[in-house]
Order: sequence, then C-alpha cells, then structure tokens
Amino acid sequence: MIHDIAFWSLSVITIVSAIGVVVVKDLFRSALLLAVVFVGVAGFFFLLSAEFLAVVQVLIYVGAISILFIFAVMLTTDIQRGNSPNKLHIAATVVPILLLVVVLFGVFTSEWVELDVDKQDTVNLVQARAVGAISEAEFAADSINDEFSQQVLQDADIADLLVGEYVLAFEGVSVLLLAALIGSLALARGRGSK
Amino acid sequence: MSLESLLSVAAILFCIGLYGALSRTNVIAVFMSIEIMFNAVNLTFVAFGRYVTPQAFDVNLSSLLTGQVFVIFVITVAAAEIALGLGIVLALYRTTNSIDLSKIVRLRH
Repeated sequence: MIHDIAFWSLSVITIVSAIGVVVVKDLFRSALLLAVVFVGVAGFFFLLSAEFLAVVQVLIYVGAISILFIFAVMLTTDIQRGNSPNKLHIAATVVPILLLVVVLFGVFTSEWVELDVDKQDTVNLVQARAVGAISEAEFAADSINDEFSQQVLQDADIADLLVGEYVLAFEGVSVLLLAALIGSLALARGRGSK
Repeated sequence: MSLESLLSVAAILFCIGLYGALSRTNVIAVFMSIEIMFNAVNLTFVAFGRYVTPQAFDVNLSSLLTGQVFVIFVITVAAAEIALGLGIVLALYRTTNSIDLSKIVRLRH
C-alpha cells in the first residue's frame, strides 16, 4: 500500500518535471527540473530495492551532471528564450507519441514471465546486499534459516559481476572515461589559451 | 507497483526525452533530453532485473544483479558523454558565439 502511494506520487513528480524540462523556455529552470527528474528516478531505484544504484544516481546525476548542466547554461547566453522549438515541431510531437503507443501496446499485451513472490523477496535481499551485509534479523524475517542458503545470499555481489563476468566491459569503460577526461580537457582548454 | 506500471513510466519518460531531443534547438536542452532518455532506460533495466530475473536464478545469485551492472555501465558512459558534449558546446560557443543547433553548420573555425 505505502509502496503504491510512493510509486504513484514519484511517477507524477518525475513525469511532470520531465515535461517541464522539455517545455519550459528558461534553460536554467529546465536544468533545475532535470535534477528533480534524477531524484525521482533515484526514488524509483529505492522502491525497487536497488539501494546501491539509488545512491550512485544521487551522487553522479544529481551531484555532478546537474551541476555541470547549470554551469554550461550559465556560461552560454540566451538563457531566457534558449529552449525554443525548431521547425520540426509537428514531426517531433508525432514520432514520440507513436513510439509511446507502440511500446505501451507491447508492454500490456506481452505475457511477462514474472518471478514468484518469494523469489522476488530473494532478489530484494540480494540487491540489498550490494550496499551491505544482510543482517540476521533480515534472514529471520524472510525465514531463511539454513546456513548454506544464507552463505549463498551473502556471496552474491555486484562486484562479483563487475570484475568477474563483465571485467572486459569494466576495463573498456575505464579506458573510455580516461579518453573522455583527456578529450574534454583538450576541448575546454581551447586553441588560444596556452 | 507492478512491472507493467514501471515499464509504462519508463516509456513515458523516454518519449518525453525523445520529443525534447527532436524538437529543441538549443544544444544544452537536447543534452538534457538525452539524459532523461538514459534515465528511462536505466529504470527499465532495474525493473526487469527486479521482476523478470535470468534463468540462472538457481545457479549463481550474483547474476540477479546483471541489470544493475548494466545500469552502472550506462551511467558511466552517460557521464563521459556529458563531460565531452558540454566541452564541445563551450568550444562551439567560443568560436561561433551561439549554441543554436539550427544555425551551427560547421565545427571548425
């Protein structure tokens, strides 16, 4: 019940501010509304018991990317009327609506193979483990008493996947970050300022 | 809260972002819309990871977190993209004195 209330209020807040981001003329306000969207998505992550991602979302999106956007908005002019639509206005309205209709049709007509509720509880536990060990009380609450399955649950970990199965992607992403860092330094430094 | 409602919210967010990315002329506004689209996709990843987990459920419990690992990669790539993109925007603004996409026709001096 409380989950549903939280979910629907989060949905309304997130969608309304997302519409605000693309509609509001004042770019500075859209940047602030974008921060609200990011916080809303972090709230969804909390509701889905993906606490680690929620914290990462707040740190990186709300803390870093929003600030970056606000800086970029303030460093360029035309803030007040900078968000004006272009000539493709009609096509840009029709295409997303068509896409939305198609996607929603797919979502509601597909028969999703969802997990049983008790397995979903296990997923919740494993996801919670990503930010800390599962306490004895939590095991007791989900009536997981045998030692072996407790150990299996404790061993499941995001880091296990990051530096295990997906280690190649992990290294690739770190090289990408380095390249982006050097690239943006070179771009921001400019041609004239040595 | 069900899988369908989560996917619907994510789809609506994605389409709002798509509308913004297609219809705005300001580069920074387009970037903001793209960020909304990234967030919608991340939401979908986590929702699927929570409700429709891989068949490997009984083999290796870590694989339950695959969706979250993908989201971490998406966030990293998005951060790199934004850092580079805003760098390009500032460089463009320095050389052409405008960040209007309908007026920018070249990247060099």
